[in-house]
Order: sequence, then C-alpha cells, then structure tokens
Amino acid sequence: MNSIITLKDIVVEFDGERILDKINLDIKDKEFVTLLGPSGCGKTTTLRIIGGFINPDSGTVYFDGKEINGLPPHKRNVNTVFQRYALFPHLNVYENIAFGLRVKKVPEKEINKRVAEMLKLVNLVGFEKRTVQRLSGGQQQRVAIARALVNHPKVLLLDEPLGALDLKLRKEMQIELKRIQQQLEITFIYVTHDQEEALTMSDTVVVMNGGVIQQIGSPVDIYNEPENAFVADFIGESNILNGLMLKDKLVEISGRTFECVDGGFGDNTPVDVVIRPEDITIVAPDESQLCGVVESVIFKGVHYEMLIDAYDYRWIVHSTKAAEKGASVGLKFGPDDIHIMHKLKETEQFGEETPDEE
Amino acid sequence: MKNKLISAPYLVWMVVFILVPLLMVAYFAFTDKDGNFTLNYVADVAQYSQIFVRSIWLAAIATVICLVISYPLAYILTGMSKNTQSTMLMLVMLPMWMNFLLRTYAWMTMLGNNGIINSIFGFFGLGPYKMLNTEGAVVLGMVYNYLPYMILPLYSVMVKIDKSVIEAASDLGCNTWNTLFRVVLPLSLPGVMSGITMVFVPAISTFIISRMLGGGGNLLIGDLIEMQFLGNAYNVNLGAAISLVLMVIILLIMTIMNQFGSDDETVLM
Repeated sequence: MNSIITLKDIVVEFDGERILDKINLDIKDKEFVTLLGPSGCGKTTTLRIIGGFINPDSGTVYFDGKEINGLPPHKRNVNTVFQRYALFPHLNVYENIAFGLRVKKVPEKEINKRVAEMLKLVNLVGFEKRTVQRLSGGQQQRVAIARALVNHPKVLLLDEPLGALDLKLRKEMQIELKRIQQQLEITFIYVTHDQEEALTMSDTVVVMNGGVIQQIGSPVDIYNEPENAFVADFIGESNILNGLMLKDKLVEISGRTFECVDGGFGDNTPVDVVIRPEDITIVAPDESQLCGVVESVIFKGVHYEMLIDAYDYRWIVHSTKAAEKGASVGLKFGPDDIHIMHKLKETEQFGEETPDEE
Repeated sequence: MKNKLISAPYLVWMVVFILVPLLMVAYFAFTDKDGNFTLNYVADVAQYSQIFVRSIWLAAIATVICLVISYPLAYILTGMSKNTQSTMLMLVMLPMWMNFLLRTYAWMTMLGNNGIINSIFGFFGLGPYKMLNTEGAVVLGMVYNYLPYMILPLYSVMVKIDKSVIEAASDLGCNTWNTLFRVVLPLSLPGVMSGITMVFVPAISTFIISRMLGGGGNLLIGDLIEMQFLGNAYNVNLGAAISLVLMVIILLIMTIMNQFGSDDETVLM
C-alpha cells in the first residue's frame, strides 16, 4: 500500500516550548490511524499540521508524494471533524452538509444527491430541515462527519470527535465510524486520549508523549509488546517494576530470578519490567516464589481488581476470583507474561505531563 | 411571588416614565390648544415632508458609512491579541467621554472657511472650499459622533463567533472572502442590525449636529421639533405630532430591517 501522508522531521514550537520534536510518520492509504496520548502530547498539533491549520517550524508534510507545506486548508484534499463539531449555527442540517459543495459551486442536482447519500450514511434521513441547535450531541456529531465526508476527501481528520458523548453513545459511534471508514475506503486519522477507543477502532496506533512518538504499531502489538514503560502504562493497566537483566532470558525482579523470553539487552542491564494485571494468577503462597498480602479487593464488573503488597512493590492483579483481604497469597506468571523494555531516558520519563495544549 | 415583588419598581418606572409620557405625546398630537380632538396637526406634518426625507436620507448615509468603516475594523479587532483588543476598544470609546457639544464644535473650527483644513489648502494655493454648513458636514458629524455605537455591537457579536467555525469554513474550501460572506457575515447579522439601530435612530433625530455643522439650510426633524418647543415657532401640539410621526416612521423602518435579520434574534431598538 502507498503512503498517503508522510510527516518528515516535523518540529513545532510555541513560545519557545517544543510541542512536536522531530515527528516522522507514514500513513498508508485507506488506513484507520489513531494518534493516542495524554493531553499535551502533541497529537492535536500533529492533526492540525495535516489539516493545514498550523505550519511546522521545520520539517516537511507530503500528501500523495507531493510537498504541501504552506498550502492553506481549503486547498487540501483532507477534511476535518472538529472537537466540538463547529457546525454552522446559521444553517440547517442540509445546508451544513451542503456547505463544502456550495463553496465549490457543485450543481444543485449533484448537491441534492450527495447530501442525501450522506444523510443515509450517518442515519439522519428526515433531519434535513432541523436547525443544528435542536440536535442532540450524537446527532450533531453525525452532521459534522457528513459535512466533512460529502466532499469526498482522501483523508478524514477527526479530533477527539466522541469526547463530548456519553459512554454508551460513544461505543455506538465507535462502531459506526469504523463501519463508515470501511464502507468508504478512505484514510481516517483519529486523535484521542482514550486508549480503549484507539484499540477498538484502529488499524495502526501511534502512541505519543511529550511531542515524541513512543511507538507505532497495530493495537495488538501495542498492547502485547509495548516498546517502553510509558506505552505499557498508558495502554491498559500495568505493573511496571525495576528489573535487572542478568543475562538473555533471565531477569531479576524484587530480588528473585525469573525466566523470560526476551534477550539482547546485555548482561546485568537495568531494565523496566512490565507485567499485565490479567496475566497474574493468584496461587497458594507455597506455590510461588513471590508472596504478598492482599491490601484491597475492588469489584469491577467483569473482574476483581486486587492490590497485593509483595516485597517492594504493590501489584495490581485482575482476576475473576476474589482473594480475601488480608490473606497471604502467591503471585504466579509465566515467562511469556514478562515484558522487558529499555529504561526510559530521564527526560522522557512519563508521569510528568506537559501543560495542556488544547 | 418573589419575582413579582422585585419587578414591581421597574413596572412602576415603566408606566410612569415610558407609557404615560408616550400617551401624553399622543394626546397633544391629536388635540388643539383647548384640548379638543383634532387631526389638523398630524395632517400639518405633511408639509414638512421635505425635511423628513432629508433627515432619513442623511441618517441613512451616515449609517451606511459607519457600517462600512466599522465592519472591517471590528473583524480585524477580533483577530488581534487580547491586550491590543482592549487598547483599541478603549481608543474607540475615548471620544465618547468627551462632551458631545465640544466634539461637534471642534469640527466647526476645522471645517470653516477660515478653519484649519482650508488654511492648509490655502497654503498650497487651493480653496477655500465651502465645507461647513453643507449636508456633507452634517453627515460627517453624525459619522464621527455615532461611529462607536456601530463598532461596539459589531465587535461584541464577532468576538463571540467560535474560531473553530471559521476554521471549519476554511477546511470545507472557503478562502478568506468566502469565509467572510458565507459564515462571518450571517453570524454577525444581529450585531449589524443593532449597530444600524444604534446609529440610525439618534442620527435621524439629532438637532445639534445639523444646527452646528449644517447651518440654517439643512434643517432636520430634530431642529423642527426643537423649534416647536423652545423656538419662536412655539407650538406644542405640532411638535408632538411631528414626534409621533417620526416615531412611527422609525418603527416602520426598523420592522422592515428586522425582516433581514435572523428569525429568532430580535434587534435592540
């Protein structure tokens, strides 16, 4: 597949603060790409660079192989679904959707046809004459999507489009957006801070933090093989411990030695060790080399979340069976469940968030 | 109950100082000196139709000029940094705090045949041009005095337009002009309407500006009314009739204007 958008060494600074630090990104045609990260990570800025609302201080943006730096938004073959929809309050649903076509002086008959198609696509047939103020949040969202898609863009940019919707509606719209993307076969670039949303919809997830891309990969890769402790921590819940790689396939955690499957870090190298809460099994104390005391048990619906204090770390464990609070238990996990990653550099340490950019 | 109690003083105020005076104006307009009903004075107003036309015409020109000057200024203002915006607004309002008479008097000394402008022309061997006591001078006075009343409502509406809506227009293919005409203009229409009202209504009934800058030859309705009450033409009933007709004309014009505004936004009268 060809790449439709390429970002090369993109740098953006506001008031001397570096918002994006040498972003390199290749987005393939017809792909659903999500830029994921905490607020202030630079994901919206990246989107706005592709949309043409911000020009990078340095670096190049390519669209279909052509450089488009400095090209204003109205000359780009991309359309945006804005965070708070940004519908035109003086126009009704039909005219909102028809807006882009009217600007391009498309014949009335064609406008009629294309708007009707869009209304059908987003399930808003019969709402043509409604003013946008009389729509619910979910309906406004659909109008915003239709208004962008009616122009047949090659790429649709979505800036946290579901942020203002309630949970149930959000889940519905996630499925709907994915359906629309597959039906129209166009590229979606989606910005969110919600990791679940990213994993549900995307073909590719780009995890960002502090203006730097942390990892690019499929949702499965990102979840199962996080490249560093930030990604592991941001995507799902994780136990992140300091470890010492004794040699290939042997790691020391909490003073005990465990077999693992990773290698190539060098002997006696400090590393970050990530173990997912659901990969840990609670066993009797004598069945494990790592024992601890159950501090708390919280019912989460599908599973129980337990905090277990063992040696020098408080473990999060997810299990469908609850242990008793105060009980001594053993923690068990297999070599496959231990993910070893390089220590983050001091400056890229997660936890200290840069100020909100939005 | 509580609401009613709080609104009572305002209600009394409105009855005593708005409703009753209005009715009194109407009463004087439809009666003669002895208090008998008559339509004579209202009918007499027709003979001043020329002055009415001139007043409407000059006020309309002044309003259009104010709009043309203010609209781009207000639009440019909204794009500036917050600090610059407040400084600029301050400058717009500053002349309003100077006495109205003084401001208008200053124009007299500038426009006169021996005034500053003609002196400058004279220096280059031009003129003197007759500027004072012309319709142009009256319009200039109106524009100068009422400009802030156009800028402020326009600005306050435009500053509330969501920036992302402008971005959306650009995203959907609008260049700067298209954005202005398809999005900014329709969304700022309520401001345009109230700006027009705020300038047109005082301009049509002014008498100081026409007196000072228009000389005797450019009488406006305001002057006419003033003459009936304070001048030697003393005729309270005719003055009331002219005022009533003027009010009806303004109401009619504003009603027609409002048809162009958006449906659910009523314009401040």
